Amino acid sequence: MTRNIGKWLISGPPVFYLAVFFVIPTFIMVLASFRHAGEFGGLAPIFLHDVRGAHLNLTLESYREYFSDFIYSRLFIKTLIYALVTTFFCLVTAYPLALLIAGSEKRHRDLLVLLVILPFWSNFLIRIYAWMIILGPQSALSVGLNGFLGMFGIEPVGLLFTPFAVVLCLIYVQLPFMVLPLYANLEKHDPALLDAAQDLGANSWQRFWRITFPLSLPGVYAGIALVFIPVLGIFAVPDILGGTGGIMIGNLIKQEFLEARDWPFGSALSIILTLGALCIVGVAAMVAGRTVKNDA
Amino acid sequence: MPKRLLAASGIAAYLFLYLPLVIVVAYSFNDSRLNAEWVGFTWRWYKALFEDDAMLKAAGNSLFIALTASFAATVLGTMAGYALHRYRLRLLPVLIMAPLAIPEILVGVSLLIFFVAVNLTLGLLSITLSHIAFCIGFVAIVVRSRLAGMDESLPEAARDLGASPWQAFRLVTFPLIAPGILAGALLAFTLSIDDFVITFFTAGVGASTLPLQIYSMIKIAVTPEVNAVSTLLMLLTLFLIVIASRISPDSVRGK
Repeated sequence: MTRNIGKWLISGPPVFYLAVFFVIPTFIMVLASFRHAGEFGGLAPIFLHDVRGAHLNLTLESYREYFSDFIYSRLFIKTLIYALVTTFFCLVTAYPLALLIAGSEKRHRDLLVLLVILPFWSNFLIRIYAWMIILGPQSALSVGLNGFLGMFGIEPVGLLFTPFAVVLCLIYVQLPFMVLPLYANLEKHDPALLDAAQDLGANSWQRFWRITFPLSLPGVYAGIALVFIPVLGIFAVPDILGGTGGIMIGNLIKQEFLEARDWPFGSALSIILTLGALCIVGVAAMVAGRTVKNDA
Repeated sequence: MPKRLLAASGIAAYLFLYLPLVIVVAYSFNDSRLNAEWVGFTWRWYKALFEDDAMLKAAGNSLFIALTASFAATVLGTMAGYALHRYRLRLLPVLIMAPLAIPEILVGVSLLIFFVAVNLTLGLLSITLSHIAFCIGFVAIVVRSRLAGMDESLPEAARDLGASPWQAFRLVTFPLIAPGILAGALLAFTLSIDDFVITFFTAGVGASTLPLQIYSMIKIAVTPEVNAVSTLLMLLTLFLIVIASRISPDSVRGK
């Protein structure tokens, strides 16, 4: 009995805090997606009072709006494509880095991993802002590229405020999330396997594709999940680097809450985003589970 | 993969990670309004920073929020971490992990609707309450991993020798996990002072923080003052993270 009191005393306050400031807000948001928008932004009352007395004032209007205009699904699909491209390039960039760290001497590894983590402890906005400088019209990269294009008579191109800028920066901010799970996996590989393959005449590419890569698949899947999911909800990167053509679903949510002030529609978008992400994760986990099992 | 190709692409990846940050720092010392050509060395952007009232106010707000939120989150997070280690719980693990797993924007907008629903004016208080909510999980995870590495028999021995559960915690367990708690507190402070997304939705019009101030400067008019404040913020974060990793090496791994 005393043990139970201790349990409640210790776990009670954090449970209570998270219930109030995480669970209840989430439910309020779900409910908000079924409400009418208020006249001056915000939300209309849940209960309407009229001659028949009080009755519920809920609606599916926000969901109908989403599915009635393809423009929203198109934005969702565009967001998925950005996330896929980002994930692919993160994998391609992170893999050699993770291999290099896993293959380096033991006493250097911790430092090399720390060097991957450090930049991502710097402020998120600063990391986005840095690309504003690099891709800006007066930057060495833009001037150099346009000088080069000019030699072939091609019109100068702008790099900033394009989908290219958005995806490049997304790769940049998400890269550590791919390196870490890959490294955690690769580090555990038994080097004797590669030695055996070499003795049997496999060249370095064969050793990579036939041994290292298949064994690293759990790490690859973990990295894909860690990179892909957060990208779906990001709004700051396209907001700063994307211009009008590069916006993603997160920007629309932000707009509905802060500019258009259609909170029910913003809430519905948030819920559709969450459900969409969950579905993708579920399907991916099933596919990944099957592949890993088959390989084992 | 061939060794030389591997080394070259690894080095390229490190350059990719660090070059942007180096550029921000370098231009904060450049004596030109434009982030383009290198003109000469100057401290003038740092001087401008310390004469910018809006920026100083934002820095004060950030500091206040980070101190308050990290203190509260450390208390609640330590309780949560201890409870997770000690008891079999069903609800708490979900409550700890879920806010870390779902996209930040959703946490931000749901808190915005919540604060408006309960009629709380958006400002310092709403930001601080939100920061506590997302910091608890990080502290809990750090404290729990510290507890997992602790020798269980030490508090048990104290109990056998007649200590009450509270005495055993205060005199044995607490000193042993104190480095984990301190690392968790530093982590929470860093997360709070750096947070942009959740603050953006819960700040309202009244209160600004350093990241919000940087955001509006980037959106309206980029001057090298942004580089200067960014450099200082990076130094602060670096300092805190190095200390946290000295105290408790595991704490820096997951963000």
